[in-house]
Amino acid sequence: MKSAKDDKRFSIANKEALFGVGLAILNFIWWFGFAYGLGNKDPENYTYILGFPAWFFYSCIIGFVLMASLVIIIVKFFFTEVSLEDEGDKN
Amino acid sequence: MNSTVLISLIAFLILIFIIGFWSSRHVQSSETFLQEYFLGNRQLGGFILAMTMTATYGSASSFIGGPGLAYSQGLGWVLLAMSQLVTGYFVLMVLGKRFAILARRYKAVTLVDFLKARYESKWVVLLSAFSIVLFLFSAMAAQWVGGARLIESVTGLSYTAALFIFGVSVLVYVVIGGFRAVALTDTVQGVVMFFGTIILLIATIVAGGGISNLMSDLMTENPNLVTPYGANADLSPGYVSSFWILVGVGVVGLPQVTVRAMSYKSSKAMHRAIIIGTIVVGVIMLNMHLIGIFAKPILPGIENKDTVMPLIAQEVLPPWLAGIVLAAPMAAIMSTVDSLLLLVSSALVKDVYVNYVNPKAPNEKVKKLSLLITSALGILVFLLALQPPQLLIWLNLYAFGGLEAAFIWPVVLGLYWSRGNKYGAIASMITGISSYVVVDSFFSEAIQVHPVVIPVGLSLVSYVIVSMITTQGGSQLNEKGSK
Repeated sequence: MKSAKDDKRFSIANKEALFGVGLAILNFIWWFGFAYGLGNKDPENYTYILGFPAWFFYSCIIGFVLMASLVIIIVKFFFTEVSLEDEGDKN
Repeated sequence: MNSTVLISLIAFLILIFIIGFWSSRHVQSSETFLQEYFLGNRQLGGFILAMTMTATYGSASSFIGGPGLAYSQGLGWVLLAMSQLVTGYFVLMVLGKRFAILARRYKAVTLVDFLKARYESKWVVLLSAFSIVLFLFSAMAAQWVGGARLIESVTGLSYTAALFIFGVSVLVYVVIGGFRAVALTDTVQGVVMFFGTIILLIATIVAGGGISNLMSDLMTENPNLVTPYGANADLSPGYVSSFWILVGVGVVGLPQVTVRAMSYKSSKAMHRAIIIGTIVVGVIMLNMHLIGIFAKPILPGIENKDTVMPLIAQEVLPPWLAGIVLAAPMAAIMSTVDSLLLLVSSALVKDVYVNYVNPKAPNEKVKKLSLLITSALGILVFLLALQPPQLLIWLNLYAFGGLEAAFIWPVVLGLYWSRGNKYGAIASMITGISSYVVVDSFFSEAIQVHPVVIPVGLSLVSYVIVSMITTQGGSQLNEKGSK
């Protein structure tokens, strides 16, 4: 029962899974880079943004806003709706 | 204990019961009991899916242990907790439509059904069911302890009485309502958590005189609290990063997560759930843990870290609001427990009994047995939780790690790599679980990362190598219907 329709749905699914992996890698790099890039010094010398140490502000707060925005954009514009059922296989 | 707090909490519990009873009408009228009771007939919409996913990721680690650890460790622990943001989009994107389509084709009700159809192996099924029962049972015991502790600290009742109240509440509505009730209550609870953490965070910041003020208080107490390295400067980047596997991307292997990834009704629901889920997970994780650390200057010297949340809520909020907000961590634990209970029960009834003991069991009999096993499991957990082990977060994480090491590759590579076969899956599960136990017991001091990382790596290697050796080229991917 492997059909052309299957291949189409599965290739869409594969593409979307790759988006997931890509986002996760970007998320990790952002999170790690700002946390340990800016946080790796004496706390006396930290700069503060809105009350938070800069490393935390960029890594966790901006990082969250950025990822949420990217997720919205990618899902809205690059995800395709497909049927989850197999045709003619009703029970 | 303030009675207004109690009344709000009780009102919340009653609301949950009403939802359970309402959902039970679906179970009564359903013709396919197993699909309805364990999966809600694959009818979840986007919002409910997002909330039930979030509640599942969250679990007691974040709601009880998490804020308590943030209280001791400082911003480094909030950083660690934010590794969970990835779950909001990663799980549904990676398991994705492929998993949903195949699960429908196989008529899979549980993760084990999926593995059974994919690998066509009795040993894969029995090994999976065994790991689920073993690990989820210990996770569940940890959650019950957390739930009872929370009631204990809020009401001042004895631990045993608190455990009893908690256990009865959980059992009644899981048994009557099934998966649909759990998903719906997850939604109510998710909403409570979302707004509850926002309100509590704001109130805490106000009580502490603003963020800058709180930060300088923390600096004065211990400058390490505002660094990414933890209170004793012993949270290494490698260790903190390894939580990306444990509570981040690794959760795609968790049975309680995968079962949700086969329960939504359409791809549209899944798209919505990815967006809502990412936002909700992020807000809850960030707020919960910030509350934990901001509580430190306001209420210094809390001994039992599990009580940080209840104490700070009662400190900074008016009593009626504290009751509603405290329903949030309570809600988190209850929904986790409910879904774990259903999973262990489904592993026994669906995966073992219906598959191998009595495949021709009539609907009525399966139904009675499901309700019976679910209740029996609940009572057994209650008895275990009477002697609670300390440090619930680690017990809970142990179960997470074990299941991830066992299932992540058989699920993910089972979906995307056609040459993966049953020998690879079996090798991967055995390697994953046994190396996790060995690494955790003997080498956890020696390595710089969380013990889960090594078993997940080893199980990948054994899946790939064993699959390669045992197939001669031919595709093993079972994409035909399993009639």
